[in-house]
Amino acid sequence: MYSDVFKTINQGELLHWIENSTAADVQRALGKEKLDVRDFIALISPSADEFLPKIAEKARQLTVQRFGRTILMYAPLYVSNYCTNACVYCGFNHGNDVGRVCLTFDEVEQEAAAIAAEGFRHLLLVSGEDERYCDTPYLAAVAKQLKPRFSSIGVEVQPLSTEDYSTLVENGVDALTIYQETYEQNLYKHVHPGGKKSRFAWRLDTPDRGAQAGMRKIGIGVLLGLGNFRLDAANVALHAQYLMKNYWRTQVSVSFPRLREAAGGYQPNDPVSDKDLFKIICAFRLFTVDAVLVLSTRESAKFRDLVFPYGVTQMSAGSRTNPGGYTNAESIAEVQFHIEDDRTPDEVAKTLAKHGYEAVWKDWDKLLA
Amino acid sequence: MSQDFLTIAGRQFRSRLFVGTGKFASNQIMRQAIDASESEVVTVALRRVNLDAPQDDMLASIDISRILLLPNTAGARSAEEAIRLARYARSAGCPNWIKLEVTPDPRYLLPDPIETLKAAEILVKEGFIVLPYINADPILCKHLEEAGCATVMPLGSPIGSNKGIKTRENLQIIIEQAKVPVIVDAGLGAPSHAAEAMEMGADAVLVNTAIAVAGNPVAMARAFAKGTQAGREAYLAALAPESSIAEASSPLAGLMWS
Ligand code: SF4
Repeated sequence: MYSDVFKTINQGELLHWIENSTAADVQRALGKEKLDVRDFIALISPSADEFLPKIAEKARQLTVQRFGRTILMYAPLYVSNYCTNACVYCGFNHGNDVGRVCLTFDEVEQEAAAIAAEGFRHLLLVSGEDERYCDTPYLAAVAKQLKPRFSSIGVEVQPLSTEDYSTLVENGVDALTIYQETYEQNLYKHVHPGGKKSRFAWRLDTPDRGAQAGMRKIGIGVLLGLGNFRLDAANVALHAQYLMKNYWRTQVSVSFPRLREAAGGYQPNDPVSDKDLFKIICAFRLFTVDAVLVLSTRESAKFRDLVFPYGVTQMSAGSRTNPGGYTNAESIAEVQFHIEDDRTPDEVAKTLAKHGYEAVWKDWDKLLA
Repeated sequence: MSQDFLTIAGRQFRSRLFVGTGKFASNQIMRQAIDASESEVVTVALRRVNLDAPQDDMLASIDISRILLLPNTAGARSAEEAIRLARYARSAGCPNWIKLEVTPDPRYLLPDPIETLKAAEILVKEGFIVLPYINADPILCKHLEEAGCATVMPLGSPIGSNKGIKTRENLQIIIEQAKVPVIVDAGLGAPSHAAEAMEMGADAVLVNTAIAVAGNPVAMARAFAKGTQAGREAYLAALAPESSIAEASSPLAGLMWS
């Protein structure tokens, strides 16, 4: 399990490289075909700035070569915002006095119909972490109900056991997304003071459990800005590398959520600028050449249009981050975070086309699940 | 040259360039590139298309009166999944040709020889015309041939790598031994690579990435058509043997006593 491997990683050494990467390190990384984590760190360091055009061009070429001029489109479906956790940065934090909803099966159907009508065939089920409302039988039933409409169904919910993931896989779920939020253990404890989420290692081993249960695609990431973003990004890179090696049948994806304003008003410790995020995306493309890289509607339209060719292969569009948000304008449910790119999926697809890229709505088939 | 047809399972093809449909910037560019390639066999990933509503997607862009639409099982990790996809394609009205791809590793997309052979044996029995994508393994090719596959499709180098023919030694053995057409699939990054495969005696080549992601996919498709044809013509003309010793071009001229 990754928690055992994680213990052997010298975080002090990673920090040392973060603080001491030079222009020569960046140049060396640029010249290599297979990068190690030290190269990755060099590429996201301040020393990389002067080489940014070269790094970006390499990332763009590799992306086109491996994935073509296509972007896979997906949409999140928030099924519940009840949560027993107390993450200090999140609007769904159980201490926040916000509207809460867990969708009924009828409501799920309506939301799914609205999402499918926009063209989406790849769906991500998202929920807060409260098993009294949103447990494995509920998620399995939702997946089973939605499978005829969608080619691929992913989950981004509380960490489950291997058996629970197997149940979801049997009911048509093929992808799992789980963010560690931060790999800095002390900070992790500090920002997750209550609820099951405070168990660092249980969360860290979630991708292993998902892969062992037969999930085809596993997405990882951190909440950029929560801790030292370079250290966190380096840890994601190492985690991705571990997953690719140990679960060679599983496709690994990486997302880049930046900490956003939400109910509770938490401020990031280490804000990530647009330029830094751009460097991180390019560095992941060069380090994990074959990974799916995801950019969500947390980022502005302007930023997304500018950076997507340099590594991104999957994007969401038209997202609603509150349960019922697609069909129920009156929903009392609070949003998890405010989206920045509020264009319709069709508008996003048209913009991609203008840049010479095809929005792909279906790149999976239920027969493969 | 007009009689030089490629024959697979009784069907004749004038063009020896097969084209893949993934990775294009739009269906329109894809269609223009296919036209320019003059290809008569176009592969389509079943996982990408809506067989329930084919008018919605790329299938509608392909002229099937002229072109054989070859569905492929890309994404299948096991024989079972590949078989499921193949059966589904046939039940949805596709011809019973199938490009068999079983690639459990999503990174390099290298084919699984064991699962591919298993799936091939079953699909052939079910009446499919099976064109398996495989590593350049001569013995596996013989097994697939014995199982009744219509062709073998060994890779030149990993999919999308554009590295050209890195499996030359094995490809030569495969071509020498094969009783079915050999189609070099994957890794061909330039028209010269296609020419090289054809000069070696391959019966056809399949190209996707190198055309789809070229600066000008339509012009590149045309270039690949020419490369493929040049290689074929060179093969038929019988290439002069290589030699490391310089020879006078007219040997007799060098004979001093004549
Ligand atoms: S981040 Fe997730 S677990 Fe934490 S409070 Fe928000 S919804 Fe709950």
